[in-house]
Amino acid sequence: MNDREIIVSRVAKEVRDGMVVNLGIGMPTMVADYLPEGVKIILQSENGLLGMGPAPEEDKVDANIVNAGGKPVTAKAGACFFDSAMSFVIIRGGHVDLTVLGALQVDAAGSLASHIIPGKMVPGMGGAMDLVTGSKKVIVAMTHTAKGDAPKILEKITLPATAVGKVNMIVTELCVIEVVPEGLRLIEVAPGRTAAQVQERTAAKLIIADHLAG
Amino acid sequence: MVRQIDAAQAAQMIPDGATLMIGGFMSNGTPEILVDALIEKGVKNLTVIANDAGTTGTGIGKLIAAGAVRKIIASHIGLNPMAGQLMGEGKLEVELVPQGTLIEQIRAGGAGLGGVLTPTGLGTDVANGKQVISVNGKEFLLEEPLRADFALVRGSVVDEDGNIFYKGTTRNFNPVIATAADIVIAAAEQIVPPGEIPAESIATPGIFVDYMVGGEPV
Repeated sequence: MNDREIIVSRVAKEVRDGMVVNLGIGMPTMVADYLPEGVKIILQSENGLLGMGPAPEEDKVDANIVNAGGKPVTAKAGACFFDSAMSFVIIRGGHVDLTVLGALQVDAAGSLASHIIPGKMVPGMGGAMDLVTGSKKVIVAMTHTAKGDAPKILEKITLPATAVGKVNMIVTELCVIEVVPEGLRLIEVAPGRTAAQVQERTAAKLIIADHLAG
Repeated sequence: MVRQIDAAQAAQMIPDGATLMIGGFMSNGTPEILVDALIEKGVKNLTVIANDAGTTGTGIGKLIAAGAVRKIIASHIGLNPMAGQLMGEGKLEVELVPQGTLIEQIRAGGAGLGGVLTPTGLGTDVANGKQVISVNGKEFLLEEPLRADFALVRGSVVDEDGNIFYKGTTRNFNPVIATAADIVIAAAEQIVPPGEIPAESIATPGIFVDYMVGGEPV
């Protein structure tokens, strides 16, 4: 498995049958392809769709049905469409069980930065701020470090915050980290990795779970 | 009473400097026929309130490329590289608002509310200069209502009374902006007699619509 597959297949294990789930554009979208046997979820797309299905075959594209990235998708049997106010009633109101999204930085308090690099990349937050604010559980799925091994998991984020203290879990190609009141708790390392190796690539002090210590 | 006009007549009503709400999400559900007519007319200095800046070659992206937009209030401009470029050059003012906040500000504008209280944005740059209000021990940001001079919406099927049915995900911002502008212009893929759209399927009651324009591309 490549890094992305390692990350999304691990995130998929957090998904429970029947959950309402919002998957961010890009790598998080792949989580839907790695769900455990028998686990069925209701995918929410913030542009106004519950019950989103996979991308259609090319000859079956319906221009009226797209995902939050504007790309053609399908609506499963039992799906429904709604306007953006209802979409954010669902999102902000705590009716989404799980949000999976990428991030540029995450910190020891569970704050994340995902929407802006001042002066460089200014796409905007879209629905991300509402999703991380309102979802029952928030998982950040990302590569452990940025280009040149620059750490992305920090004591305190340095980029503008997308939300403060809202992340519950961080899944990278190296490990799984839980955000707890005391800070970041390392609960799993990928096969062939050690807790010390993970700590070396992490700028925040990790609390190492007992079974990984030593 | 809703009146049927053509796209050029619609554009004629919209002066330079107007504030427009435009429906659509990454141009899905954006009234392209009205956008094209505004570009044809050469309108300038618009303030656009919309979910996003469209894409290169579609929707609001075309308006921005034509130099018609002075300011955009949106949640996302990332699919339109030109918007970011013009912002960097100081030629386009961009105000980024969380999507759920933006839609509620518009809803408040249409619903006669003095604003909304949201937890989204607390502790972030979005909160700068805004009032934090505590309700039952929980903190919220006060976000003020938004209104516009015109709302440009896109209906899949519009009946002659202005009632609108939206297909699939094209609904998005459309029904909400239709409540929050002084003049509402609906582009329609198809115009039908009253009664053709099942009453339960109408997402925008016709009373909100002032003008309709047929010929919106399917």
